[in-house]
Amino acid sequence: MSMIHVTTTVNGDEVEFLCDPRETLLDVLRDRLALTGAKEGCGTGDCGACSVTVDDRLVCSCLMLGAEAEGKSIGTIEGMANGEELHPLQEKFIEYAALQCGVCTPGVLVATEALLKKNPDPTETEVRYWLAGNLCRCTGYDKIIRAVLDTAADLRKAS
Amino acid sequence: MEYHTPGSFKDAATIAAKAEGVTRFLAGGTDVLVQLRADMVTPDVLIDIKQIAGVKDIAREEGGWRIGAAVAGAEMTEHSELGKEWPGVVEAMDLIGSTQIQGRATLVGNLCNGSPAADSVPALMAAGASVSVVGASGTRKIPVEEIPAGPGKTNLAKGEVISAVHLPARGDNAGDAYLRFIPRTEMDIAVVGCGVSLRLDGPAVAEARVSLGAVAPRVLLVEDAAKAIIGSSLDDAALEALAAAASAACNPIDDKRGTIEFRTHVAGVLAQRAAKIAYERAGGAK
Amino acid sequence: MAPDGNMTNGFKVVGTRPKRPDGVDKVTGRAKFGADAAAPGMLHASIVRSPHAHAKILKIDTSKAEALKGVKAVVTRADFAEGLTGENWNILENVMAGDTALYDGHAVAAVAATTALAARDAAKLIEVEYEPLPHVTDVDKAMAADAPVIRAGAADKSVPEGMHPNVVRYHESGHGDVDKGFAEADLVIEESFKTEATHQGYIEPHACLAQLGPDGKGEVWCCTQGHFNVQKVCAALVGTETSQLRVTPSEIGGGFGGKTVVFIEPVALALSRKANRPVKLVMSRSEVFRATGPTASTSMDIKIGMTREGKITAAQGVFRLQGGAFPGAPMEFTAMCAFAPYALENVHQIGYDVMSNRPKQAAYRAPGSPMAAFAVESVIDELCNKLDLDPIEVRLKNASKEGTKASYGPKFERIGLVETLEAARAHPHLTAPLAEGQGRGISCGFWFNHGGETAVSLALSEDGTVAISVGTPDIGGSRASMGQMAAEELGIPYENIRTTVADTATLGYNEISHGSRVTYASGLATIKAARDAVKKLCARAAAKWGIDEEAVVWEDGCAKPSGPNAGEFEPLPLAKIARSMGRTGGPIVGHYEATPEGAGVSFATHIVDAEVDKETGQTKVVRYTVVQDAGKAIHPTYVEGQFQGGAAQGIGWALNEEYIYGEDGRLQNSGFLDYRIPVASDLPMIDTVIVEVPNPGHPYGVRGVGETSICPPLAAIANAVSNAAGVRLTELPMSPPRILKALNDQANG
Repeated sequence: MSMIHVTTTVNGDEVEFLCDPRETLLDVLRDRLALTGAKEGCGTGDCGACSVTVDDRLVCSCLMLGAEAEGKSIGTIEGMANGEELHPLQEKFIEYAALQCGVCTPGVLVATEALLKKNPDPTETEVRYWLAGNLCRCTGYDKIIRAVLDTAADLRKAS
Repeated sequence: MEYHTPGSFKDAATIAAKAEGVTRFLAGGTDVLVQLRADMVTPDVLIDIKQIAGVKDIAREEGGWRIGAAVAGAEMTEHSELGKEWPGVVEAMDLIGSTQIQGRATLVGNLCNGSPAADSVPALMAAGASVSVVGASGTRKIPVEEIPAGPGKTNLAKGEVISAVHLPARGDNAGDAYLRFIPRTEMDIAVVGCGVSLRLDGPAVAEARVSLGAVAPRVLLVEDAAKAIIGSSLDDAALEALAAAASAACNPIDDKRGTIEFRTHVAGVLAQRAAKIAYERAGGAK
Repeated sequence: MAPDGNMTNGFKVVGTRPKRPDGVDKVTGRAKFGADAAAPGMLHASIVRSPHAHAKILKIDTSKAEALKGVKAVVTRADFAEGLTGENWNILENVMAGDTALYDGHAVAAVAATTALAARDAAKLIEVEYEPLPHVTDVDKAMAADAPVIRAGAADKSVPEGMHPNVVRYHESGHGDVDKGFAEADLVIEESFKTEATHQGYIEPHACLAQLGPDGKGEVWCCTQGHFNVQKVCAALVGTETSQLRVTPSEIGGGFGGKTVVFIEPVALALSRKANRPVKLVMSRSEVFRATGPTASTSMDIKIGMTREGKITAAQGVFRLQGGAFPGAPMEFTAMCAFAPYALENVHQIGYDVMSNRPKQAAYRAPGSPMAAFAVESVIDELCNKLDLDPIEVRLKNASKEGTKASYGPKFERIGLVETLEAARAHPHLTAPLAEGQGRGISCGFWFNHGGETAVSLALSEDGTVAISVGTPDIGGSRASMGQMAAEELGIPYENIRTTVADTATLGYNEISHGSRVTYASGLATIKAARDAVKKLCARAAAKWGIDEEAVVWEDGCAKPSGPNAGEFEPLPLAKIARSMGRTGGPIVGHYEATPEGAGVSFATHIVDAEVDKETGQTKVVRYTVVQDAGKAIHPTYVEGQFQGGAAQGIGWALNEEYIYGEDGRLQNSGFLDYRIPVASDLPMIDTVIVEVPNPGHPYGVRGVGETSICPPLAAIANAVSNAAGVRLTELPMSPPRILKALNDQANG
């Protein structure tokens, strides 16, 4: 088994790792870089719990090889807050109880942050379709959708 | 598993030709990695084509478009012109999977996965799209309908790889549409898919192509369905004939996603609905 | 126990909506779930599973796997305890097959290796020789005379003679004379229903990290709803003493009943013992679907008689539940819940627990009740339609109240069904206009709720803050509600309290977080532990002041003299007493250990609008309202969350979720692609109305809220869809092919 050497950037920090060619980016993040915020809920791209950004593009890290990360810039939930200061989405999710068990939450937050960067004024329908690949089994999505819409409104007011 | 990142399609084809064991090309990876994780297919040789120059480009070509093999669905949706000319193709691609999948999944991957339920393939067939196939003997351009061979199979030979998709010039008074039926609103595989592309001469349909997905071992181009609307102004009689022809072309199976009876019926329903959208997009009043 | 007169109103913290204590961890990715743990020297494990629905295991050859580089241990059934009986034997048989694989996905061997990839590669090298046996997966077919026998002799004494050996338990209950009741009816409707098995669909697969040494001492870290149960069961299955095994629950990524049972922890322990290294075992999603505990599937016959005025004269139900290859399908709950919302003079119910070649069913939110409600409430809706009666008024007319003899036996104490129906009647949803193609449905639902063994400890720190240890994993925000209840009692800020889910070495036995019991039972225990601490605080003040303990009261976070006769002293705040506690008698800790039995039953009424595309059979839920009695909502936001979550899961169950088995008895849809749980774009906002009819069995009136919310949706949606489509749907899920077929069958007469 020959390992592949990869140099990449994660949450702004340059990192290097060796990985088996079969390892996914999710495996690498969790098992080699100890970034366990992204979760494996399915391993098949159906649940979105492993959502990260790669060069600012939202993807499932379970559907990308670790080897493919060479030269890319990866963003994970661990990089969302600015030090102690939570991202407004993170604040709002706590305030609205937009999470119950919290296992889908990292993926949902990474996905919604990507949405608001692209579309600062989404409709309820746009939020729902954007998040269709982020399964949540606890909340029925109601409080998640409200938290996203209200954060978007706050951010628009602030800017 | 060997992992290669060739710098040209010629090199990619050469590696594939020499490879021993199971070989897969990697673009978006949204099928390859699913099969890997599920232990369905563990390639011995994996050839990542994303380092090849031009694979992420959407470019003008003879009045139509050349879409590189690694262009992701989201990049097609975000393109400022492509969707105006070929909304059916772009929407079909956009229906595949989630936002996250859209960040990676490609037209060529969808085609080469060989699924009869692939969403983009009926739209491409209806559009009259073709692909460039690179092999040891050079590059050839062939229609999309010649690629699928059956569930999970293509007509590509060992050592052949698709480098790009070509959409023809759209021209005037024309429109396309793709609709699929899924039980939920998102995230499902098509139970039935239907692509329609047509051109009008006044209110009458002058040219049409109709294709169906998930109702046979391969995506079908249904000539009888096209004939049913050519010459009509998509009146009720033509729509009824269209639905009948679409249903008649079906040769589906009963499976976890739908029954024979259901697929056959819904193929007709979707053909009508997609035709109406394409007709409207072509400038026909409905 | 009566609600404290002074505590059913005038709350300061209870009823507010503070931030949950684990919120920051969960929005930053810091919270550690089952698969997030690691240990030095840790191995990774993989399980080999049967590809057959039913097969004799002739031979297991592990030699090739053992020879693979990096492999450190392989286990089969021989590596587990022998001589187990009763439920422990059933669990072991499910955790690791004995001489027969009983369902597709049944574990037959496991391997631990230095990497996860090596473990998976090694698992593929384990060669198992099978002799396939005839199989059956459908409940009705499993009861038929020609069905293959899953396991002879599995039936208990309750089963009447002459039943097929796959019928393993039998239940019968009721009162009155149903024949007489049906004779008094103006209309009797009899209908049969079926529901497919569903899965809890938690997003986090089962995961654990286990260590077991040759000395019999071990540790388990795992995602579970009940770590004390994991401790007890694992100790038995691997043959060690319960207290030698310490189990720490991780954060849990959803359970809904599915993580009340043990699947992989004993396997990881057995591998660890053999390799003498820690072993991590994480299920894949496919393993979760194939080999954990889905619900029972059902086949039900309902007969209800009603007068022209809407009075139910008699009701009877037969409920057949298939619960996999082991006894335990919750048919008695199905039978007992079926008619519980109604005050009936004549009622009779029968339940059958049927085995088949499927995984052993597990609890899923009010186990057994949603299916019963689907069948019964569909028939009531049909009666209302045929007799031209208002569905809310009919339910109000027949509603169970305080003092009603329940269909399952006891007399109801104070209950809130009528209040939920009245709130539903007053809700604007009920009279909002419907668009073309839409239909409206309502349904009631019932769940018992549960108390159970509970222990809580509440320790004061010198700085006046408080640490609460509970033994019930937090599956829906309960650490917040515990903190609120303690803050209420102690009179200190919510923020000064931290609630922790303690491991098995810290507290006495706590029953699983199930039966909607946590806010009720751990809440009650937290209140009592706080009161115990208050008593001790008052004693310290009394000693300081030199007065009787009885002359000290606790108000607003301070010890005060009870009145002018007690003497005049400055109030002593908690922080001040805590600061000196080392010198005044030592640490102050409040305790409570008990098995509270006053969990108040709970009712809900749901209203739903559905739109049906008659050309394709597709259904869209366009509006949804949940009205439920919470007794007292400690943290209303999380109560709403439970209402919404239950409704959403019910929508999935009603419309698209199902276990699909092939002719070969193998599960066809073991992933989220084809096991179709609702996605964000499938659902509307879900309105909630919290009704509060206090439970006399809790100091603040709390009733459990987690489970009742999934009882009405199946029926409410079935009623809405049937009203929209103009044809009665009697099978779940109401998938598009099923709806289209029903429409076609109706059109073809």
